[in-house]
Amino acid sequence: MTFINYASREINCKIVYYGPGLGGKTTNIQYIYDTTNSDSKGKLISLATETDRTLFFDFLPLDLGTIRGFKTRFHLYTVPGQVFYDASRKLILKGVDGIVFVADSQDERMDANIESISNLKINLVENGFDISAIPYVLQLNKRDLPNITNIDEMVKELKVQDEPIFEAVAIKGIGVMETLKAVAKQVIMELKRGGK
Amino acid sequence: MGHSNIVLYEEEYQQIKTILGRLNQEANARVVFLVDKNGQQIAACGEIENLDTTSLASLTAGNVAATDGLAKLIGEKEFSILFHEGERDNIHISLVGKRVILVIIFDERSSLGLVRLRVKRASIELERVFDTIVKKVEMERQAQETGTASPFAEITDEDIDNLFSS
Ligand SMILES: Nc1nc2c(ncn2[C@@H]2O[C@H](COP(=O)(O)OP(=O)(O)OP(=O)(O)O)[C@@H](O)[C@H]2O)c(=O)[nH]1
Ligand SMILES: [Mg+2]
Repeated sequence: MTFINYASREINCKIVYYGPGLGGKTTNIQYIYDTTNSDSKGKLISLATETDRTLFFDFLPLDLGTIRGFKTRFHLYTVPGQVFYDASRKLILKGVDGIVFVADSQDERMDANIESISNLKINLVENGFDISAIPYVLQLNKRDLPNITNIDEMVKELKVQDEPIFEAVAIKGIGVMETLKAVAKQVIMELKRGGK
Repeated sequence: MGHSNIVLYEEEYQQIKTILGRLNQEANARVVFLVDKNGQQIAACGEIENLDTTSLASLTAGNVAATDGLAKLIGEKEFSILFHEGERDNIHISLVGKRVILVIIFDERSSLGLVRLRVKRASIELERVFDTIVKKVEMERQAQETGTASPFAEITDEDIDNLFSS
């Protein structure tokens, strides 16, 4: 649900990073926060446990510049990936404009990826969305690790339809901005089409 | 899918600012602000110079969403008011209509009773403004369907690439 303010000439969009626990959602947002210059970002809010697991959400407001005279602001959120936080995940999807799915490339996390995507589909439906109609990007993270599933197989298992797919090493920032840019682009194209 | 975008026009924005300004004064509040349920700040008024209103908006919406979840769990429709009492400042959070959250921050110069009283009236006025907005958005959508251009219809790939160049 894009928020268009004609009075202050601002557009606000909401992007949610989804995916299994420890997949690297928070790391994505942290990297974006660390590398954006200070006048185009707000505070990074992390509601996390003492062991740095996301408890409710991370939140980062980002100004990306102007488009047709409107200041374009993206609100980035991550969900808590641990299975038992499902109620919170559902809440954070409310009013979402675009989704990044951060998959964990490690072999032993493949089942968790599949389960998380199916959970995403269900929670989207409950919020009145359809995964095949909403701006969506798939990120295959942790490509630096030794025990990873090959790309073809991951794509075969996780691809929803024809979404952009990026390999990433979020701790080093590889693929992070490309992912964000791809989802932001889809969200703005959606705006151009005049919403739903 | 029924997820119409929220759109705020100059006229209604000014009306909202006026209502919030008066509420701030009459309730002896420090800060009055309005957020939509997704955490987007709509308008703010009062001592906001040193306040991170973007963070405040997101946390307020998170707080309301979590409380809504709690209400549903125990079979309530919603808790319409949240109140947090601090040593110096207090926060009063209430819902206006279905999609907007009104937040008041006040200290010992005011009281919960006074805030409640003033919020009641302001809420009715705000609800009226948001009804108008919903109608306008609907009209705008119909106009778009019949071919009137929105300012975003002309967005190009280049516009989007430029966003990330800075
Ligand atoms: N080797 C490697 N480690 C990574 C990468 N991305 C993230 N990590 C690490 O994986 C761990 C979990 O990352 P988080 O970003 O906290 O994961 P999350 O998806 O937010 O997890 P939840 O909050 O529990 O849902 C951290 O120790 C990160 O440093 C990566 O690309 N490569
Ligand atoms: Mg996290």
